[in-house]
Amino acid sequence: MNNYIWLIFLVPFLSFLIVSLILRPMFRKQPKIAGYVTIAAVGTSFILSIITLCKLIAAPDHILKVSEINWMFIQNGINIHFGLMVNALTGIMLMVVTTVSLMVQIYSQGYMKDDAGYHRYYAWMSLFTTAMLGLVMANNLLLAFMFWEMVGLCSYLLIGFWFHKPSAANAAKKAFIVTRIGDFGFLAAIILLYTHTGTFDIATLQNMAISGALAGSVLTWAAIGIFAGAVGKSAQFPLHVWLPDAMEGPTPVSALIHAATMAAAGVFLVARTYPLFENSATALTTVGIVGGFTAIFAASIALVQNDIKRVLAYSTISQLGYMMLGLATGGVAVGIFHLLNHAFFKALLFLGAGSINHATGTFDMREMGGLRKAMPKTFATFLIGAASLAGLWPLSGFWSKDAILSNALDKQPILFVLVIITVFMTAFYMFRVIFLTFGGEYRGKEHHLHESSSVMTIPLFILAALAIGSGWVNLNGGFSVFFGAGTTHSVIEGLFGIFKEPLPWISLILACAGIFLAYAIYSKKWISATALGKTFAFPYKVLYNKYFVDELYEGIIVKKLLMGGLFAAARWFDTKVIDGGVNTFIIQKVIVKNFFAGLFAFDRKGVDGAVNGVAGTTLAAGKTVRKAQTGQLQFYGLVIGLGLIALIAGVFIFSKV
Amino acid sequence: MTIGLNNYLILSAILFSIGLYGALAKHNAIVILMSIEIMLSATNIAFVAFSRFITPSDLTGQVFALFAMAVAAAETAVGLAIIIAIYRNKETIDANKIDLMKW
Amino acid sequence: MGQVIAFWIFAVAIVGAALGVVLLKNVFRAAILLITCFLGVAGIFILLSADFLAAMQILIYVGAIAILVILAIMLTRELSIGSPSNKFKIPALIIAVLFGAGIILTVINTKWLINTNAPAPTTTSGLAVKLFSKDGFILPVEIIPTILLATILGAIVLIKDKKK
Repeated sequence: MNNYIWLIFLVPFLSFLIVSLILRPMFRKQPKIAGYVTIAAVGTSFILSIITLCKLIAAPDHILKVSEINWMFIQNGINIHFGLMVNALTGIMLMVVTTVSLMVQIYSQGYMKDDAGYHRYYAWMSLFTTAMLGLVMANNLLLAFMFWEMVGLCSYLLIGFWFHKPSAANAAKKAFIVTRIGDFGFLAAIILLYTHTGTFDIATLQNMAISGALAGSVLTWAAIGIFAGAVGKSAQFPLHVWLPDAMEGPTPVSALIHAATMAAAGVFLVARTYPLFENSATALTTVGIVGGFTAIFAASIALVQNDIKRVLAYSTISQLGYMMLGLATGGVAVGIFHLLNHAFFKALLFLGAGSINHATGTFDMREMGGLRKAMPKTFATFLIGAASLAGLWPLSGFWSKDAILSNALDKQPILFVLVIITVFMTAFYMFRVIFLTFGGEYRGKEHHLHESSSVMTIPLFILAALAIGSGWVNLNGGFSVFFGAGTTHSVIEGLFGIFKEPLPWISLILACAGIFLAYAIYSKKWISATALGKTFAFPYKVLYNKYFVDELYEGIIVKKLLMGGLFAAARWFDTKVIDGGVNTFIIQKVIVKNFFAGLFAFDRKGVDGAVNGVAGTTLAAGKTVRKAQTGQLQFYGLVIGLGLIALIAGVFIFSKV
Repeated sequence: MTIGLNNYLILSAILFSIGLYGALAKHNAIVILMSIEIMLSATNIAFVAFSRFITPSDLTGQVFALFAMAVAAAETAVGLAIIIAIYRNKETIDANKIDLMKW
Repeated sequence: MGQVIAFWIFAVAIVGAALGVVLLKNVFRAAILLITCFLGVAGIFILLSADFLAAMQILIYVGAIAILVILAIMLTRELSIGSPSNKFKIPALIIAVLFGAGIILTVINTKWLINTNAPAPTTTSGLAVKLFSKDGFILPVEIIPTILLATILGAIVLIKDKKK
């Protein structure tokens, strides 16, 4: 049997336990050991993942069997087995997670070098790797949900790593709460599926969806619920608001979690339960629409951001939208292929941003420039990553993007228009970043700019190599075949034959146009950026403020709380003045609330009163009965005597012996 | 009149009640202990009386009374040790003032 | 006849002494009256032809327990509050009276199966047989010393001065 696969996520868990329970208390003065232990654990998982992948490629149907654990068994009731589902999807995801995690752990040795929370960092990183690996291998929805929540927890802990910064603490809270909204949908879907099918097992559910045993509105709602969870975790519109704020965490955290793995967990989930989506056209279309819309939405915001990590964050949201669209139009292979490539080049870009931060001390691009001279290695790798993201041939991004674009053209032409515009935007904003940070002359205040240490640049090189080459796995169609569809052709056919279609030419031209425009504005300054800003003042304002989505959310939530409670009229008025754009919303709510005041009162007095009354009664009863405990021995003796006499009297009265 | 079983038993009952009153109604912990001794003596009388009147040849009642005496001695010793320990700690042996187990 | 007189004398002495123990304010006097009560009980035992028991009563109760009580009274003498009655006087009185009345009623209303055989004049040998013979109470006889050992150890632990 292939039970060694259990080790893949158990070894990082072991390293988590070691770092948090042994190293942190006892080896506090040698924090580096925590890093070595974690790297060793993740490295072991990495090697085991490679072995698994090789075995998968050789195995028939590309499925490996792993023995299960019988977790909960109630006769004629719930029967839950925990096991691992190891198929092609799992194999690829394992490689993605372990590779990026390993690179990030090595990089963190340099980035987090003198941080006081070194142990904590590596402990959470190990736990996160455990959770993510468990998620990709879980074979039933309940186990997947467990790991899903664990991933969310680690994300919270790591975003708020520097918890003494209020912005970081708030960002962590925001991330957790927003993803929770999506998780609610996921849980509802799990329960819905269970009540209708009696099983949590993913393989069984897939078969039921394919065979039609699970169909109709149940399937659609379940799929939409699962997609809701994915929307939360993968930061699609409208639950995308947490990802840019999550950049408060350390940059390696952003690289690992919010670029390559956790954010991709949503895409993974949809891919894992793909037969459910395939057999419900509504759900699949929803996925596609949300993905396509998010792609252009986020890309447009990224055009004008000044913080390099924010640009990358919105880029991630946009690329995740691509992946969702790819899943919706082309199937699992297309979406996951883009996930694979994206993981590598986005992690590379984030780690590069971290390297830049190490040198310049800031993430604001307005204070950077001319770094290509001082940091050549970072520049080279960052450039490769940006080019791959923009979709330049023959780098990895080109292949997966092209697959998505061609499938979108076939199935969803409207969305295709959106995404093709996004190609232009993507190239533009990425190369805007390149020209602002690496081009021109240095505009900042740092006196001594230096390249990062090799412990930080070697992962960059490895990831750059992957960013170039990871797309080549599908040159002969092998990747699609691995996922069960498509045919193989020769490598040359794949490499150059792609240009027989018009679509790749269009996307390449758009990408180059975007690069050229960025070059014109930010490098050669033929068009002035500030003049553009003034001409398009309103669009610029909207984009810069992220379409005011955050303001909208806070407006609704705050309004709901205000309206629902017994707040003073002054505060109500105050909020009305602040949110200019949401005024009509408020008026509507007031009128509606007056009509439903009675219902409200019932809830407050009746329902809440009952609940509070129960608690109050219990407390009061406790307070009264407590008086019996006087602590005085003789009082107790008296009561005993009283009871005794009562017993004797009872015997007298009730038994005439 | 002859002294029968009832006499002894009534004596035992009266003694027990007196001891009960003392155990419940006195402040001084040592007096409570003395009252408990009285109660135990009352029961001893009852046992021996039963043995004498109901089974004169079988001395089980007396054996029981003997063991009860031994245990009473042990219990008194421990009780007084406790009282002295409490006295050391709280400077009082007033049973009403020792209410640490109060709610 | 002699038995009757002896019984009443002892009975009155016992009840009087017990009343004194629980009602007197002076603890020391209460202790002395306790000794008197025990001596009276020893007399009752002799009347019931339990002579060994009477001797044991005097040895154990008077010779050990009462002495221990007086020792304890001495040790806690500084803040001796005497022996006042506390606030549970009336309820305790009621309970004691009710309890006593209950027992007495039960006793009077029960038909005891009184065996009119005369008891052995001295019961020491009978007791010895009962305790130590093969079918006797040899096990409790062995257990009681264990209890006493535990008591001694417990008392020592309780009394030990923790400051050392």
